[in-house]
Amino acid sequence: MLDETDRRILNALQGDFPICQRPYLAAADRLNLSERKLLACLKRMLKERVLTRFGPLYNADRMGGINVLAAMVVPEADYEDTAAVVNAQPEIAHNYRREHRLNMWFVGAGETPGAVETAFLRIEAATGLPVYRFPKEREYFVELKLKL
Amino acid sequence: MKLDATDRRLVITTQAGLALTPEPYRAVAEQLGIAPEEVMRRLLAMHKAGVLRRIGAVPNHYALGYRANGMTVWDVADDRVDGLGERVGQLAFVSHCYRRPRRLPDWPYNLFAMVHGHDRAEVEAYRAEIQSMLGEACRSHDVLYSTGILKKTGLRIGG
Repeated sequence: MLDETDRRILNALQGDFPICQRPYLAAADRLNLSERKLLACLKRMLKERVLTRFGPLYNADRMGGINVLAAMVVPEADYEDTAAVVNAQPEIAHNYRREHRLNMWFVGAGETPGAVETAFLRIEAATGLPVYRFPKEREYFVELKLKL
Repeated sequence: MKLDATDRRLVITTQAGLALTPEPYRAVAEQLGIAPEEVMRRLLAMHKAGVLRRIGAVPNHYALGYRANGMTVWDVADDRVDGLGERVGQLAFVSHCYRRPRRLPDWPYNLFAMVHGHDRAEVEAYRAEIQSMLGEACRSHDVLYSTGILKKTGLRIGG
């Protein structure tokens, strides 16, 4: 699915895309490609869903918004009903089943801590199960580099 | 950083991706009714403030064969966790790395690192690499594999 040019593009362009008038041209120059070739490869990789998207990645935490990881211990018999309650909250962005005693993991996202907390309280009230909150206390710098 | 109304419109307009045309920032500027130079100036300011992490290709891990992801969790001594967390974050196979509160007695882990591999065996090998990096500072650890996506809507700010 990926040829050598695709790999070079992916390895070089997971960040560092220029902010200038002709950014694809500037990025293509660094890769010894034409602007037209780079655009064609990116379009194809998006179409083939090798890329989720091409563009800015924002940090919601730094925009005044907040997101909080949380988990619950859900009895198997209640699993589907509990997932329905959790998923029905608009503040819940992701919800995953994981193999552990804490078997439901989700992220509450909102404009304020209060909005997220309210969603967690609603889930606790509706299910009778405690929601374990895991707010991030510190984020360690992650180098972005899926090597292909 | 406090975003003004124009910054927020800029985020909303670009968070799904940039146009694949030679002048993508001009395309954004035309949508917002501002000058391309102002789009670039605002993006640079947001990048400097950390609001904009980066601009580039966002690969689809699953499509590229990275089909296993494990949330590795570690109980690391409080006086060592920040130094070690920075090092774990540098590992190529780690996509997110955070310190979070313990929830005793049920949850003794304070360091979370998301690990990606082609299969679980590869994730386990990476987990062993983290374990040897943490050494005696780590008292216990675990890995949680996801077995189902129950909801996924993306963390987007509203319009």
